[in-house]
Amino acid sequence: MTAQATSRNSGQYISPARERAMGVFFLIVAAAMWFFFLRTTEPGVMTTFGMTPGGSKVKAPDWVFETALALQVLIFLTAFLGVYQLARGFKQYTNLVLGIVSGFFIFAFLAWGTSGVSLNLAGLLRVMVIRSVPLTLGALSGILCERSGVFNIAIEGMMLTAAFTATLFGSVTHNLWIGLVTGMLSGLLLGGVLAVLAIKYKVNQIIAGTVINIFSTGLTSFLSAKFLQKYQHLNDPGRFPNWDFPGLSQIPFIGPIFFSHNLYVYAMYVLVVVLTVALFYTRWGLRLRSVGEHPKAADTLGIPVNRTRYMAVLLGGLVAGFAGTYFTLGSVGRFDEVLTAGRGFIALAAMIFGNWNPFGAFGAGLLFGFSDSLAGKLTILRVPIHNKFLEMAPYLVTIIVLAGVIGRAQPPAAGGKPYEKE
Amino acid sequence: MRNLGQQPAQSLRGFFIFLEEVRRSPLTVTFLAIFTGLFLGGIIAALSSEPMYEAFRLSVGEGLKAGAQAAWNTYRALFLGAFGDPVKISAAFASGDWLQINRALSPFFESLVQATPYIFAGLAVAFGFRVGLFNIGAEGQIFVGALAAVWAGVFIKGLPALVHAPLAFLIGGLGGALWGFVPGWLKAKTGAHEVIITIMMNYVAFRLSEYLLTGYLRDPNKTTPISAPIETTAWIPRLFPDPNRFHWGFFIALGIAYLVYLLLFKTTWGFELRTVGANPHAAHYAGMNIVRSTVITMSLSGMLAGFAGANEVLGVNRNLGVAFSSGYGFDSIALALLGNSHPLGVVLAALLFGFLRNGAIQMQLTAGIPIDIISIIQAMILAFIAAPAIIRTLYRLKPPKEVELTVRSEGETA
Amino acid sequence: MGVILELHGITKRFPGVLANDHIDLDLREGEIHALLGENGAGKTTLMNILYGLYKPDEGEIYVNGKKAEIHSPRDAIAHGIGMVHQHFMLVPVFTVVDNVMLGDEYVRGGGFLDRRRAANRILEISKQYNLQVDPFAYIKDLPVGAQQRVEIIKLLFREANILILDEPTAVLTPQEVDELFKIMKSLVAGGKSIIFITHKLREVLEFSDRITVIRNGRVVGTTTPQEADQSKLASMMVGRQIEFAIEKKPAEPKEVVLEVRNLKVLDARQLVAVNGVSFEVHAGEVLGIAGVQGNGQTELVRALTGMQHPVEGEIRIFGKVMTHASPREFFEMGAAHIPEDRQRDGLVLTYPVKDNFILNTFYKPPYARGIVLQQPAIAAHAEELVRRFDIRTPSIFTELSALSGGNQQKVIVAREFSRPLKLLIAAQPTRGLDVGSIEYIHHRLLEKRDEGCAVLLISTELDEILQLSDRIAVMYRGRIVATVNAAETTKEELGLYMAGMQPETLSLAQVVER
Repeated sequence: MTAQATSRNSGQYISPARERAMGVFFLIVAAAMWFFFLRTTEPGVMTTFGMTPGGSKVKAPDWVFETALALQVLIFLTAFLGVYQLARGFKQYTNLVLGIVSGFFIFAFLAWGTSGVSLNLAGLLRVMVIRSVPLTLGALSGILCERSGVFNIAIEGMMLTAAFTATLFGSVTHNLWIGLVTGMLSGLLLGGVLAVLAIKYKVNQIIAGTVINIFSTGLTSFLSAKFLQKYQHLNDPGRFPNWDFPGLSQIPFIGPIFFSHNLYVYAMYVLVVVLTVALFYTRWGLRLRSVGEHPKAADTLGIPVNRTRYMAVLLGGLVAGFAGTYFTLGSVGRFDEVLTAGRGFIALAAMIFGNWNPFGAFGAGLLFGFSDSLAGKLTILRVPIHNKFLEMAPYLVTIIVLAGVIGRAQPPAAGGKPYEKE
Repeated sequence: MRNLGQQPAQSLRGFFIFLEEVRRSPLTVTFLAIFTGLFLGGIIAALSSEPMYEAFRLSVGEGLKAGAQAAWNTYRALFLGAFGDPVKISAAFASGDWLQINRALSPFFESLVQATPYIFAGLAVAFGFRVGLFNIGAEGQIFVGALAAVWAGVFIKGLPALVHAPLAFLIGGLGGALWGFVPGWLKAKTGAHEVIITIMMNYVAFRLSEYLLTGYLRDPNKTTPISAPIETTAWIPRLFPDPNRFHWGFFIALGIAYLVYLLLFKTTWGFELRTVGANPHAAHYAGMNIVRSTVITMSLSGMLAGFAGANEVLGVNRNLGVAFSSGYGFDSIALALLGNSHPLGVVLAALLFGFLRNGAIQMQLTAGIPIDIISIIQAMILAFIAAPAIIRTLYRLKPPKEVELTVRSEGETA
Repeated sequence: MGVILELHGITKRFPGVLANDHIDLDLREGEIHALLGENGAGKTTLMNILYGLYKPDEGEIYVNGKKAEIHSPRDAIAHGIGMVHQHFMLVPVFTVVDNVMLGDEYVRGGGFLDRRRAANRILEISKQYNLQVDPFAYIKDLPVGAQQRVEIIKLLFREANILILDEPTAVLTPQEVDELFKIMKSLVAGGKSIIFITHKLREVLEFSDRITVIRNGRVVGTTTPQEADQSKLASMMVGRQIEFAIEKKPAEPKEVVLEVRNLKVLDARQLVAVNGVSFEVHAGEVLGIAGVQGNGQTELVRALTGMQHPVEGEIRIFGKVMTHASPREFFEMGAAHIPEDRQRDGLVLTYPVKDNFILNTFYKPPYARGIVLQQPAIAAHAEELVRRFDIRTPSIFTELSALSGGNQQKVIVAREFSRPLKLLIAAQPTRGLDVGSIEYIHHRLLEKRDEGCAVLLISTELDEILQLSDRIAVMYRGRIVATVNAAETTKEELGLYMAGMQPETLSLAQVVER
């Protein structure tokens, strides 16, 4: 009866109005691809994509194709998807199709921008993966905290502090691992500060995060100016070496992009999977999420709300700490003032764009990493877009998602509210 | 003399009553928060001083002495940097030489110069708080305000100074207002959380400024991405000769703080806005327009932050570089809280931060203590203000007298 | 049937309120025991004590004859006590399985959720007690009735023997209510015992084995459906002593002030709460809207004051269409509104008393000149109202939260009455107030009527309705089931209408009785 009628319909519900709007949108994308790209492409011009990142030993032949032809195919496919959407609708797959159409558009853009020249696509994607590391890891930290109901806008500060700590201790001990562990512990410590302020003292969580951000910026800049600049040997921890993943790294194109990196990239893969499993398939995760969604319900079932939140925020700090050490031990190998440069906030954006989901955050991290990576190569392409606009993309996309233009983001229901027992 | 015998007892009791009052007063917490922040800052200064560690090798006592010495030196340098050197000032006055007096007093005035953007930005955040909105995007609004002001200062030509400077200042404010309007409008229409939107808008503003400063606004004669100097007609005039940079912006800031005070507390508009902030349900019941209030508040808040940017461009720098604002936007959250979201409180808090900042600049030069120590101090003050329970526990203060809660219950008639 | 649960002398005090006053209650094995009482009679408090959410000040609880120490929901669950709260304790974005096993999870391999096994157990329970639900559906996709079944399954999953259902029918449609009662029957058939909290007479008579009536925190009596009938229960339930009589002149109704035609209003869940209501209120009369809480009164008032727009129908004041007007336009028309939830809607607790007096007139002279607030005028106005309405406050600058509930309500009344009024809409104007304040507010309401104001009084207190109204309309499930002349009706008759009886059937019944 009633139960039967409502069962199994639990996927994302897409309203008919939105289905139609999406269909029209796909058609507009197709038209835009024609107007901006195909119309301005001369027939016979070739696009050349390099399929081997610079310096890689795993070679793959260049990919050369006729620009106009590729554009025609993409426009046709996009238009077809739009028509199908209008006629039949993709129902719960609408968002997936939206992703595919966006992918088509980006590919068309690259093909058009590369017409007559050559672009190292593999290099572009390899950098994408690298750039996504702090974003994804930072987002995972955010997910841990916010899924339990505590806003964490202090990812930036935690990463910055951890980057500094890791550098200092890594340099002093000449041991990368000690740097890594101390960096993570410093993140844990700041997670503890956030937890105590937000849970024990019930401080507004945005303010608590701001405290940590200001404090971290101040402390690391202060210590860096005071010591690291004077004693350069304190600012030379070295870097984790690249390690080719046996077997997988030998796959042409794919291998060098995804499986020839240092510790952090592999850790990111592992953490995304582990966190997904932990959050959605274990008792631990179920309880953590229940506390972030409906603390009162959890409480009436005997789950200690605040203790669960403490644990989540501390772990979040630990993960943010790990993300922070990437900047020094995994990337540049030295600490400079404010070297995170707002990545903690892009991580926040990735968390939202990824709908508080580890895989979603990973996808968002890759997307934002891609725009970052592309921004660095734009000068090669013959496109009239300034790289600063590409760098804005993560923020703009997040604003659009938050405003509910493309499916509203669904934050945990109890986020930001301290839990008060009656 | 004889009947004084009981008076001390009485005045003593009066003193204890006074002490009780002090222990309960919220102002005490504010004061102690500042004090504790500064104290811990001194400890950090001591801990980071190398002579102290060397002295500890001799003996613990020597070490402590050296640490205290380091803290003392730090705050001495900070004080001298913020207010000027009393010895120099009195010497200058004694000499009667106007230029010398100006030079001796210029640290003090420079502190006011540093406080000015703090006043604007603090007002921006405080204004939002009063209406229940969290504008964490003052930083971005400052940037856009500065961009708009520098545009007006560079590209509008041929106006008399009396028109040009106010116009450029206002355009700066409008730039900030636009940057506040967007999150306000999105919040009102879609319910998107203003905190996240304003954070994102910050970074859009940074990238936008980098774009404009490497392109459209860039000074073609310079190798670094920096705007052309603004027209002299757009300058906010300075009051004294160099090196004293004190300019009219400080008084504009005070004036605008007063205007904000009037708007919030003396007008019907302010009444409506504050009611929306205090209880949106009651505001709705009373026929107030919550959507409009939200949009107006975020826009005005953005405008105030935009003024901060315009002020810096037109009054201090007279051009605009990439790394222009240094955390005013985030510090302003601390300012607003410290000032209890009241314009007067914000002005006082901004003065404190201005003196700290300017003092720290001097301190960096003379005592070798990096300026960033004030960020640490500010963060700690913010934490203590936001969590007064910490201060109360630390100093054994009593909680403020609690208003007995009237429990609404249908059974009360029993 | 043995006694499975016994409450002895349970007493619970809240500041200023005696919520439970030495309550004794016993529950027999396999029975449905209804706990009947008005809103605020203390039913929910009692059950929260039983479930370990509140700590009683006095009294003891015995489960199966043994004294039980219940300090937390965990303890209650361990004693086999389970509770379905009035507001469901379900996580909307979780599936049924996840919600059911939360806190008591089936795991394997050291912490991995065994959803399959839990789902099977749910299906088992659901088969046994006829509780149909899809274990893998998301709560947010389920209708309220199904959500309630999930709540019940949650208890059975934990092997609770004593089930407390707090106002389970309040949120259900009639069909869902029937469904629920079938389930309750099958539960007791399966050996469970149920405490069923409600204020609906019909349900109690139809579905319970025994009935305990609570009023003002005390047990009035225990009876059975065989011994009792609706009117007897109604008088037990609402039979508050009339502590004061009120002198009332006969009404002199004049022109129509408020006219409502076929009004349809949705509630927060977008369900129809007011379903085609029509009535009119004349100048110089009090129209009372009676009815058990939650029958659409709240939504009706929201629509009549511009706080929410109706989806159908028309509202006119003095003939002017006000259907989509804003609250301010209503005020401008000479309407006043005493809101049901005074602390939420009617007052700004952090404001001084004086500012609360100008909440909806602040923009008008003499309180404002242009956009400038005129503090002297505001203060003078406040001083005058404090004096005239005898509001007990240290000063007009005192923060409102420091005032007692009665004085807070007086602030609202003073504010609303200080304007020239044509129409007064008063929702639950005396809820939660002390006797003195009630009397005071009643007098003031009648005073307004006598001045020629049209008064619409919405109240769940029958005595209040009877004392003040000239005409009475009874709301039931979003409709007005009857409109009667106050002078010619009785509390018992109103009680029957409030239980959903139609006037035609009633008169028939009375004829038959004679």
